[in-house]
Amino acid sequence: MHPAYSVLLFTTFSGAGYGLMILLCLFAVAGAIPADPVMGAIGFGLSFAMVTFGLASSAFHLGHPERAWRAVTQWRSSWLSREGVMALITYVPAGLFAMGWVFVEDTSGVWALFGVAAAVGALATVYCTGMIYQSLKTIRQWHNDWVTSVYVLLAVATGALWFNALVIAFGEGRSLFTWLSIAALSLAMVAKFGYWHSIDTAKAPRDTGHATGLGRLGTVRQWEPAHTQTNYVQREMGFRVARKHAQKLRIYALLAGFIVPLVLCLAVAAVANGPAAAILAFLAAAVAMFGMLIERWLFFAEAQHVAALYYGADSA
Amino acid sequence: MTSLPETSSGKKLGLVIDLDTCVGCHACAVSCKEWNTTGYSAPLTDQNPYGADAAGVWLNRVHSYEVSPGTQGSGGMTVNFPRSCLHCEEPACVTVCPTGASYKRAGDGIVLVNPDTCIGCKLCSWACPYGAREYDDDHGVMKKCTLCVDRIYNENLEPEDRQPACVRACPPGARHFGDLGDPESDVSTLVRERGGYDLMPGLGYRPVNKYLPPRERRAATDSGPLELEPADVAAAAAGDGMFRWLDRVLSR
Amino acid sequence: MAERRVSGEPKVETSPRIADEVKCTTCYMCACRCGIKVYLKDGTVRYIEGNRDHPVNKGALCAKGSAGIMQQYSPARLRNPLMRVGPRGSGEFKEITWEEALSTAAGWLGEVRARDPRKLAFFTGRDQSQALTGWWASRFGTPNHAAHGGFCSVNMAAAGLYTIGGSFWEFGEPDWNRTRYFLMFGVAEDHDSNPIKIGLGKLKQRGAKFVSVNPVRSGYSAIADEWIGIRPGTDGLLVFALIHELLRAGKIDLDYLVRYTNAPWLIIDDPGAADDGLFARDEAGNPLAWDRETGAAVNAKLPDITPAFHGEYTLADGRKATPSFSRLVERYSSKDYAPEAVAERVGITAATIKRIAAELAQAAFEEEIVLDIPWTDWAGRRHEKTIGRPVAMHAMRGISAHSNGFHTCRAIHILQLLLGSIDCPGGFRYKPPFPKPIPPGLKPSDQVGPGQPLGGPPLGFPTGPEDLLVDEDGTPRRIDKAFSWEAPIAAHGMMHMVITNAAKRDPYGIDVLFMYMANMSWNSSMSVSSVLRSLTETDPKTGDYVIPKFIYADAFFSETVPYADLILPDTTYLERWDCISLLDRPICEADGPGDSIRQPVVQPDRNVRPFQDVLIDLGARIGLPGFVKEDGGAKYPGGYADYLVNHERAPGIGSLAGWRGEDGESHGRGKPNAKQLETYVENQCFWHLKLPESQRFFRHANKEYLEWAVSFGLIGHADQIVMQIYSEPMQKFRLAAQGHGERQPPERDRARVETYFDPLPIWYAPLEDAGVETEAFQFHAVTQRPMAMYHSWGSQNAWLRQIHGANRLYMSRAMGIRLGIGEDDWVWVTSAHGKVRGQVRLMDGVNENTVWTWNAIGKRAGAWNLAPDSPEATKGFLLNHLISELLPERGGGYRYSNSDPVTGQAAWYDLRVKVERIAPADARASAPVFAALDRLPGLEPPPEILRFGEQFKDKSKGGA
Ligand SMILES: Nc1nc2c(c(=O)[nH]1)N[C@H]1C(S)=C(S)[C@@H](COP(=O)(O)OP(=O)(O)OC[C@H]3O[C@@H](n4cnc5c(=O)[nH]c(N)nc54)[C@H](O)[C@@H]3O)O[C@H]1N2
Ligand SMILES: Nc1nc2c(c(=O)[nH]1)N[C@H]1C(S)=C(S)[C@@H](COP(=O)(O)OP(=O)(O)OC[C@H]3O[C@@H](n4cnc5c(=O)[nH]c(N)nc54)[C@H](O)[C@@H]3O)O[C@H]1N2
Ligand code: SF4
Ligand code: SF4
Ligand code: SF4
Ligand code: SF4
Ligand code: SF4
Ligand SMILES: [Mo]
Repeated sequence: MHPAYSVLLFTTFSGAGYGLMILLCLFAVAGAIPADPVMGAIGFGLSFAMVTFGLASSAFHLGHPERAWRAVTQWRSSWLSREGVMALITYVPAGLFAMGWVFVEDTSGVWALFGVAAAVGALATVYCTGMIYQSLKTIRQWHNDWVTSVYVLLAVATGALWFNALVIAFGEGRSLFTWLSIAALSLAMVAKFGYWHSIDTAKAPRDTGHATGLGRLGTVRQWEPAHTQTNYVQREMGFRVARKHAQKLRIYALLAGFIVPLVLCLAVAAVANGPAAAILAFLAAAVAMFGMLIERWLFFAEAQHVAALYYGADSA
Repeated sequence: MTSLPETSSGKKLGLVIDLDTCVGCHACAVSCKEWNTTGYSAPLTDQNPYGADAAGVWLNRVHSYEVSPGTQGSGGMTVNFPRSCLHCEEPACVTVCPTGASYKRAGDGIVLVNPDTCIGCKLCSWACPYGAREYDDDHGVMKKCTLCVDRIYNENLEPEDRQPACVRACPPGARHFGDLGDPESDVSTLVRERGGYDLMPGLGYRPVNKYLPPRERRAATDSGPLELEPADVAAAAAGDGMFRWLDRVLSR
Repeated sequence: MAERRVSGEPKVETSPRIADEVKCTTCYMCACRCGIKVYLKDGTVRYIEGNRDHPVNKGALCAKGSAGIMQQYSPARLRNPLMRVGPRGSGEFKEITWEEALSTAAGWLGEVRARDPRKLAFFTGRDQSQALTGWWASRFGTPNHAAHGGFCSVNMAAAGLYTIGGSFWEFGEPDWNRTRYFLMFGVAEDHDSNPIKIGLGKLKQRGAKFVSVNPVRSGYSAIADEWIGIRPGTDGLLVFALIHELLRAGKIDLDYLVRYTNAPWLIIDDPGAADDGLFARDEAGNPLAWDRETGAAVNAKLPDITPAFHGEYTLADGRKATPSFSRLVERYSSKDYAPEAVAERVGITAATIKRIAAELAQAAFEEEIVLDIPWTDWAGRRHEKTIGRPVAMHAMRGISAHSNGFHTCRAIHILQLLLGSIDCPGGFRYKPPFPKPIPPGLKPSDQVGPGQPLGGPPLGFPTGPEDLLVDEDGTPRRIDKAFSWEAPIAAHGMMHMVITNAAKRDPYGIDVLFMYMANMSWNSSMSVSSVLRSLTETDPKTGDYVIPKFIYADAFFSETVPYADLILPDTTYLERWDCISLLDRPICEADGPGDSIRQPVVQPDRNVRPFQDVLIDLGARIGLPGFVKEDGGAKYPGGYADYLVNHERAPGIGSLAGWRGEDGESHGRGKPNAKQLETYVENQCFWHLKLPESQRFFRHANKEYLEWAVSFGLIGHADQIVMQIYSEPMQKFRLAAQGHGERQPPERDRARVETYFDPLPIWYAPLEDAGVETEAFQFHAVTQRPMAMYHSWGSQNAWLRQIHGANRLYMSRAMGIRLGIGEDDWVWVTSAHGKVRGQVRLMDGVNENTVWTWNAIGKRAGAWNLAPDSPEATKGFLLNHLISELLPERGGGYRYSNSDPVTGQAAWYDLRVKVERIAPADARASAPVFAALDRLPGLEPPPEILRFGEQFKDKSKGGA
């Protein structure tokens, strides 16, 4: 699949934004962090910014952004629509909760209800995002049970990194938070490994013989393409990444997305608090975001759409 | 609407494509382009039409494949393979659509995109296993085979012309249009008789369009002799080159 | 089909109005001439549909036909007459008025005509107005005229017309409805493109067996029940082996041969005599046969005789004679033609050849068709049934484009005759006006003198040395050397040699080259660079171009336009009157004759004129007889439309056969009808006559048919047309070469004529094989027509060029592996003559010794108003760069043209090449590269985005 930047940015940033939102809400509701209005404003500001930036960049991907509102109408069948609905709905409790926190400096009582609702909404939104991909039977690498777990875990993990950086910056850091980041990141890494293992060891992928139904007559190869220049289907669905290149990128994704942030988190845990910890924590979040972009790019680039089989791809 | 129609009339309009007869002439693809660029899907934009990387929207494309001899001992063949929307009965292209722009008509099963409500998110094209959806970058909407919905019921056309442009044009008659929901229809009969098949049935989209497989290539006619008997064994053996059968008395 | 609307679903306008107006005309996206209906909206072409009622395509429409819209609106259309101002090839032109253009052309032409008319060479390419252009040339008085048949398929035409009085090409067709076994040689697309596809569809439906003999398994061959991947140039051997098998088994339709062919005619057996090998004839000139009943030589054309088929007989003068059939038997039953003997050379196993022979015999003799159609033979005998042998064959350029194609094609016809399957139910059927006398009675005419028209047509069918156009010393009289000893029966001329010969002034120089609709400086010439050199070569003495003046009529910015001096821009096919006449290449069907017209369905939006109008105007300006009235005024002031209606070739015979006579009631013959074109338009632009059933078969010997054909003006007399297995004209040329008669070939040509003028088909390796190291140049290189592209002119088409924007060199996968050449590799393809670079695609379905590519996809950068970096120019390539117009020197330093030695047919497919892989880093583009052409004056840059159809959208939504 063609890794469109709008979609990479969208899933990465909205994921992190929702992850951050979940942690802000839950820890505030639980009273684990004080309702510091500045911290709340910056935390939610960051979360909303990431979410909104993500959603906006996904709108770039649309042919008719002005009609984007229509996308919420088909929640009964469409995961994309559900995602849109959840994203919109989530703004409401999240906004209310943020207001309570920033203006009333209260995250308990009714406000707490909004917080819990926002956290659930955010989680659901990310879940829907994952399901958009996971539900597609056309792409073996996406139609895979790990996909949604990875999406959710990565959202929580990247959110946790930002959360940790934020609270440390406000002097509210706790080792619990750092260890939570480490745990979330580790879990996400395990899931990602699970995913990679799963797509690498899938049973016989489909070939052109399957796609054309001619396979029972022998080995089927493309002879003449339908047209000599490329078309939309080839550009969008026929994108392939060389195996060697993908392996390299997996290592980069692993390093930037997981290993380096984990090491940085361990360093944060060692330093515990203060400006050095804050810088390290921010660095961890930023590096992880970069790693996530690579991971997302690969998520698309390694995805092989069956339609490409009609255009000469040897497997999908 | 993105949800599939709950009730269906039982009518399943679609195409039956005979891979045994298709010569790969692209007539169907071009007549499809021609009809549809001025019809329901107008225009089917062509980017850079006279330049280095011309790329246009087409709703039907004709591929050619080679089948190398398989273990079953088929002799190897070249198969031309037209491909357009199969108007699936379980089309995920419809159910994934967030706007309802993509829909399956209850009355005849045609899968259409409403160009006035499509937001161009392209998700439907990801959901289509058959590569049948093409995005019009210029128009910002998704386009696909309409089964020539603006021909098949068109009262401005002669009744015998109320069939898809591609079927109407196909010179060797390799394309057939009809109601595959009616077991007695010509197309259903053809599918039964010729072992018409679904593309990638395992995916569960239940395509309405069917493909008729290329027939086994016949090296020898079924009953044919492998070699002629000499007419005149003795003369042949003597090698005198002249044949006694030439002695028949023949009247002009 | 009724629509069921479901509430809640978006409303779809399922019955939009399609057009303001629908006009019928004839397609010209290729030469097949299908009937079309053009839907017009707001004066714009909206949709083109095949006309269901039309005899050619019966509603079908091919890819090119549908893409006609994009041709109509192509940005490569010429817009104004152009006069060259820079050097040839520079593309520097100024736009001029039509008056300037016409007076300049008339000045040049008139001067030449007054001085030496043959100094005009007037050649036309993809033309379908040959009845007009040929007549114009003959009125002008130049023998130097022909259309493209010489590089196309004159081998098929000549071999057919000298054997069965009809031919493959589009002059006949298999009986698609009845044949049980269809054997096709070397056809990728053909002129009868839609009819063949429709026909193959019918075969498939009926389950008849279809065998395709072709080095490549694509297109039609892909759907064949059996593909025979033959080695190019060896079909003759295959056919001989099939004949060998049939003879061995006695599976020959002797009844057919005795009645309809010259198989029993006696041949004089008197080696050394001036008439050796000619038919023994009686005083009246009738050929003789040996009647077994009376034991005497009798007029072989008499009915009811019982002729002998073999043996040796003594003629009245005491000399020996043998029936021609015994010569045939002798030759082809030779062990040399046993399947085992040829198998290796043709690349087909002996077992397969034997099986095909057996299948042919089985279909012909065991599956005989008997129709309840009574008919009367030439002798007046009534036959209650029409009996058919359901074996049909078809062949085209895979046979004809080889230098041995004439003989191979004759062999195929003879194979059909031996099976009794010409013009019978289930066999190969003539399309009227065929069959014609063998060969047709026209002879080529020579120049008479300054200001004089020719005595007859420029082209014809020589039957002996006396008909050649040569000087005393054997020097060719025509610029292309057609009808010379080099190509004695070049019945379609040799257009591929004109420019080369003219530039070498061999046999003489010309003053004006006038061409129409032929892309001679690109894909239709062998060896593009030498043709470009010829066109730009100057005389060192005068500094003038050696070809001093070049007038060219094209409709588009083709590669040839920049090399001409005066450009006459034509309309498109949707903007003019045209005529597909019985006098030319008509649209007849086996069941009856037909013709058709094109009418202007849209008005040109440019300053262009139909070429036919221009030609008629020029004819009047230079006062050609037939184009001016007695008072010197233009005879056809109404242009081509006027001419179509009013011109009579012979009394009562004109361009169009339908609705003649003042009342428009007669067909075939009749006075001009002032309303004729209107009547055609009312009748969907075609006229078609279905013959009664009794006249649909055995027309070479069908009394009713022959008499009708005479009354209709198709043939001169109603005698039986006896098919010529043994060809006497060939023997006449051979005798001359052996030193007999007044006109003999010069020494240089003697052996050649003697060898190739064999009265029975022979096989020899394609001539190029003799000139190259076949070990080194291991591959045969051929081209195929892509179904969705027409020669060079399809590339300007925004839709078609997306399908074929670049071409590959196709090679067998097994061979690729052996040579270390992989998919997508770039390679050098080298012939004895040149080199091209292209990209490889491997495939299974190709003969191992063959490489091939799609024809005419490669384009010169900038031409056709395409971006110079278009794939046509950067990845596309032509094999033409590898082909030489001339064969290597023979003894005496003479170089023959690269053509069939009998007919002068260009031997495009004789080419031998080697293929070498290029390291990936060294190549990204095709070669050779020619300087990019600049956009011609008047042409706009092409659009970057094409939204054709948008203009109709809002209106259709408004619901009409
Ligand atoms: N290698 C190789 N070369 C071949 C062949 C092959 O098989 N292999 N085939 C040969 C054969 S059989 C043929 S027939 C030739 C064909 O070659 P050409 O006869 O040269 O055919 P085109 O390339 O189509 O060129 C025809 C010209 O007519 C112009 N034209 C198109 N429409 C109109 C019109 O309406 N009016 C006018 N005035 N001009 C028009 C086009 O712009 C173009 O310049 O190629 C020959 N060349
Ligand atoms: N779409 C389209 N249609 C056209 C044209 C076009 O350009 N495009 N051009 C028109 C013209 S001008 C012409 S002349 C006709 C020509 O029509 P075809 O005769 O069909 O022309 P080619 O494409 O040259 O096909 C020649 C075939 O012969 C095969 N072949 C080559 N060498 C041999 C051989 O030695 N033996 C055998 N058995 N086969 C061999 C080739 O593989 C190829 O399939 O088509 C006409 N129709
Ligand atoms: S073929 Fe593709 S676009 Fe058509 S209905 Fe099926 S899934 Fe949808
Ligand atoms: S591109 Fe249009 S039709 Fe396709 S899913 Fe998106 S909104 Fe629906
Ligand atoms: S049915 Fe109509 S839209 Fe669909 S492929 Fe055929 S011509 Fe195109
Ligand atoms: S028009 Fe018919 S024969 Fe030609 S490619 Fe399409 S389906 Fe095949
Ligand atoms: S075969 Fe195609 S291009 Fe040729 S005349 Fe017929 S419709 Fe036109
Ligand atoms: Mo041709």
